[in-house]
Amino acid sequence: MSATGQHEIGGRRSFGARLVVLVPYLWLVGFFLVPFAIVLKISLSQTALAQPPYVPLLDLAAGWDGAKAFLRELSLDTYRLLFSDAIYLFSYFKSLQVAALSTLILLVVGIPLAYGIARAPRRLQWLLVLLVILPFWTSLLIRIYAWINILQHDGLLNEALLALGIISAPVVWLSTDTAVYIGLVYCYLPFMVLPVYATLEKMDIALLEAAADLGCPRWKAFWLVTWPLARPGIVAGALLCFIPIVGEFVIPDLLGGSQSSMIGQTLWTEFFSNKDWPVASAIAVVLLCLLVVPMTIYEHLQQRALERDR
Amino acid sequence: MRRASFFNVVSVALGLAFLYLPIAILVIYSFNASRLVTVWGGWSLHWYAELLNDRAMLDAAWTSLRIALVSASAATLLGTLAALALVRHGRFRGRVLFSGMIYAPLVMPEVITGLALLLLFVSLDLDRGFWTVAIAHTTLTMCFVTVIVQSRLIGFDRSLEEAAMDLGCPPFKTFLTVTLPLIAPAVAAGWMLAFTLSIDDLVIASFTTGPGATTLPIRIYSEVRLGVKPQINAICTVMIALVGIGIVAASLLGKRNAARRERGAALGAQV
Repeated sequence: MSATGQHEIGGRRSFGARLVVLVPYLWLVGFFLVPFAIVLKISLSQTALAQPPYVPLLDLAAGWDGAKAFLRELSLDTYRLLFSDAIYLFSYFKSLQVAALSTLILLVVGIPLAYGIARAPRRLQWLLVLLVILPFWTSLLIRIYAWINILQHDGLLNEALLALGIISAPVVWLSTDTAVYIGLVYCYLPFMVLPVYATLEKMDIALLEAAADLGCPRWKAFWLVTWPLARPGIVAGALLCFIPIVGEFVIPDLLGGSQSSMIGQTLWTEFFSNKDWPVASAIAVVLLCLLVVPMTIYEHLQQRALERDR
Repeated sequence: MRRASFFNVVSVALGLAFLYLPIAILVIYSFNASRLVTVWGGWSLHWYAELLNDRAMLDAAWTSLRIALVSASAATLLGTLAALALVRHGRFRGRVLFSGMIYAPLVMPEVITGLALLLLFVSLDLDRGFWTVAIAHTTLTMCFVTVIVQSRLIGFDRSLEEAAMDLGCPPFKTFLTVTLPLIAPAVAAGWMLAFTLSIDDLVIASFTTGPGATTLPIRIYSEVRLGVKPQINAICTVMIALVGIGIVAASLLGKRNAARRERGAALGAQV
């Protein structure tokens, strides 16, 4: 950690210019990188009835001996527990499954929407984009609460279906996986639409005209021309949804059932209800390992998009 | 070819209906006189009056507002500096790590960020409350500010800065008088986004808060877990209205500035 604190910035730059890099850099090292080192450390500790509720504690006053004693006490026990207990494995599996399926639904819903906006008259486009972004600016909690209003036992969905004669008795919607999928698709839709729209909007319309002039049907032109050009946006949108959904807490907690929980909920329960900090930390470390590949791909895509704009 | 097909129109209409119908229903039912959420008992402002007597909810709203103001301002400062560092400083040692730390929080699951920050605060033996939540929100939202300001800095004509410096303007003054006014819209948009994210956050605030610093989302969350109440519809409607007013004001302001810039450019062309 100390190496990053005293880095040199290029050749002869003024003190002020160095501060521009140093201040945000040190902030992120202190409040983003160091915390993860602590999570890793605590995941190697054991639970204890103490304050804070884990051992061993690093005693810096004891110098080298203290540090050596501390290192000896660290163990992989928490990870062994994590991989031997079906609850945790199932929870990871369930999260990945829910994230994959809801990303798929988001693609099916989001691409036509983005495509439709990109096709709208120019002077309408900014308004349509604003309308897609606007719900994102209202609180996530509010949007989920709106769905609880609709999906509850005597809610509007059941009332409407009963009135239309589609169902004869109220259906249980709330506290099911269906409700979780609805909530996820609803809340993440802007994150899917915007990157896809951004690539479609830059597309040269003459390409499609050329395809049409050469007798290519519309659907085929979409598949052969639009899709490959929009792919970077589609991949970015899918990752922007998939990664946070894997660790999502609020949506499955409020809309989902209690019978099976996603990994974000498991972590929350371990931390807040069971007060088991080492297990909660180990869950976070394993989750991070699962997500590090998609996160790296996402960052790479963002960098490439920036280079193109340059 | 710019003609939208029937399929295009239908998918946009359905998409927007999906996005707005639940919010519209929530707003309408906040004016419901009936205690039962699903039975319509006529129009009434009863639940808004009730809201004004809910001290805990109002206190939470005030706490959230203060945290959002502090953290959005700090995040805008740090995020703008980070964007300048990434765009203007070319290669410096640790750049890969730096840009990694900027992009990771954007997609990092909130439970991980919240847990990590809490464990840091415990290790430092800090009293948890207002300031720990503010620091946590600053760390999260500065990265969003960076991304917004960065894209503005990249599509930016550097010759203006160079001209100022050639005429003997010191670097810091150049930044204040040339660079900052040009990137101001992005900085303002970044501040607004940071403010909204902070007001909205439940998970990270739950981890990093302490006694006496209950934020509005934490308060609403504990109420929502107990079931649907007309009063929550009312507070949600108030929040939606405030956000709506903010967005409309911002876009009108943006439009006016753009118009003024165009007028200025036209005048410049005439001279």
